[in-house]
Amino acid sequence: MLDLLFDSSFAASVPRFVTPILLAALGGALCERAGVFNIALEGFILVGAFFAVLGSYFTGSPWFGALAAILAGIGMGLIFAEFNLRRGGDPIVVSIAINLLAAGLTTYLLRAIFDVIGAFTDPNIVGFRPIKVPVIESIPLLGPILSGQPILFYVALAAVPAVHYFLARHRLGLRMRAAGENAAALQAGGVSPQKVRLWALVACGMLCGLAGAQLSIANVSLFVENMSAGRGWIAVVAVLLTRGRPLPLFLIAVIFGAVDSFSFRVQGLGLAQQFTDMMPYLATLLMLVGLSWWRRRQEV
Amino acid sequence: MSARGIASGEALSWIGAAAAILAVFFLLMLMVGAPVGEALQGFFNGAFGGRRFSYLMTTLSRAALIIGMAVSVMLSFRAGLFNIGGEGQLVAGGLVAALAAILLPGPPLLVLVVSILAAMLAGAVWALLAGVLQLYVGVPLLVGSLLLNYPARYIASYLVAHPFRDVQSGMLQSHLVPQDMWLPYFPGTRLDIGILLIGFVAVGAIVYSYTTLHGYRARMNGLSPDFARAVGLPVTRLALSTLAMSGAIAGLVGAVAVFGIHHRYIDGMLVQPLYAWTGIIAVLLVGMAPWAVPLSGLFFAAVQTGAAGMERAAGVPKEIALIMQAVIILFVATRVSGALLASSERRGADGA
Repeated sequence: MLDLLFDSSFAASVPRFVTPILLAALGGALCERAGVFNIALEGFILVGAFFAVLGSYFTGSPWFGALAAILAGIGMGLIFAEFNLRRGGDPIVVSIAINLLAAGLTTYLLRAIFDVIGAFTDPNIVGFRPIKVPVIESIPLLGPILSGQPILFYVALAAVPAVHYFLARHRLGLRMRAAGENAAALQAGGVSPQKVRLWALVACGMLCGLAGAQLSIANVSLFVENMSAGRGWIAVVAVLLTRGRPLPLFLIAVIFGAVDSFSFRVQGLGLAQQFTDMMPYLATLLMLVGLSWWRRRQEV
Repeated sequence: MSARGIASGEALSWIGAAAAILAVFFLLMLMVGAPVGEALQGFFNGAFGGRRFSYLMTTLSRAALIIGMAVSVMLSFRAGLFNIGGEGQLVAGGLVAALAAILLPGPPLLVLVVSILAAMLAGAVWALLAGVLQLYVGVPLLVGSLLLNYPARYIASYLVAHPFRDVQSGMLQSHLVPQDMWLPYFPGTRLDIGILLIGFVAVGAIVYSYTTLHGYRARMNGLSPDFARAVGLPVTRLALSTLAMSGAIAGLVGAVAVFGIHHRYIDGMLVQPLYAWTGIIAVLLVGMAPWAVPLSGLFFAAVQTGAAGMERAAGVPKEIALIMQAVIILFVATRVSGALLASSERRGADGA
């Protein structure tokens, strides 16, 4: 029974589930560190997923799909910036509106452009192919995990140290942290915190767009209404749990990805789908409970 | 700037917002090449017309559920509790109402009353779960209440897909509740009297918010939790009792949907129409002012049924309603409720 669950194909499927959560959470981390309370990741991802399919369908190339997803993600980031940063709207209100906007816009466009309801699948949607990495491929155990994944997995892996380094060393990254920790000081230094936050939202949009692309043109080659299915919220929790630190974020994303993959797996073994669908959320909640409990004890 | 200058600047920016909202609307219409005149006619017919006003009744029936959810959310939000788990509480209520009505023996009226009370209890328990997680464990209510939506949704889905499924119907739904428990319709219409129940609750919530000590204290906690704590209010008890009220109202809405509209629990019937989220935005639209919440709920219900009318009349996808609602919230609620929501306990509140 156990080896049925945890064989090498289970391991090989984990990265597919880690990638979207990791990419979106890294984007969320940039916002968190820059002092933007962005809980609209769910909507960002959904729009990214839709435009990835759109781009791939019309150009026949997953690369243009990913590009379209990035641009759409940036668009969402700019909408957030306009209403939160410039017009001073409450970030929770803006986030709730943007999540609804994403749900409405994607279904509307699905019908307006492709004339379908629910799901859009077509042979013209070209997805990313798995990439075999020469030497790594032949490592036992790790080989099937690290090789043979779609490109976005490697992008996500590279993004972890990149974001870490960016926040630790890069001028803009440092300014983002300043905007989050002491905006007045940054302002006094002659840098507009709002401008820095705008960049955080743009970067967040790009990363969430790619997360959506992973869902729609790497894991599968189709778009389904509301296909982000709560992953954006899980990414939000991951950001909260780690307070936006990239390296712990990676760990958390791997755990969530493993649970996601596991729940997908046990579905094949006869457990009712409702219970397997519930697993990622229960795991998230449990982790949240565990860590909050532990933090409380530390503080006492 | 003179007071008059400020006033005219304010008016100008409202006109700008209205123009932007209209621009989005026409852009969307242009995209699907819909005839605007017919679409607008379809909108008003879909929201307020129909043969013997049947569409108006649909609007009112939907408005009842949205207003109920809005009132539920309003109580929490005013107390500074970011309970966005209304959906889970609604589902818990609807599910328990249907199952209790099907399973309990006894005279119909008694079973009906007990089922409704059980639904309210279920909603309250689901809301309290999130409250306990925040107050005693430290899980932020915003994410805790949201994450609890998913177990509620899937547990309900499982129960009506397996143990309590009406297998012969071929759908994922429970059996019908006995017909003598259905809420009666107003004579000559398809509008059930559930709207009276919701109206009663809405009036109660408005009176509670403006006139009672508990409502006043809850508002104080919402405006300044530190102040509320400093003057010695029992903030924990206040938060839990407010959440219980919110959850109970959401549970009642679920029961009204079961006994008044669907007469059974159908998988997704409370989730897909986004009643809970519409309730939230209805509250945000009016900056949490209690008296305006029912109007706001009615407005969004009309937008949704009107959009369905546009789809029938001019082929505009009815999802346009979701987009327009979001756009309206972006342009209006971000201005109305900015200061009111500033008291949340989240970090980064110094920003923006």
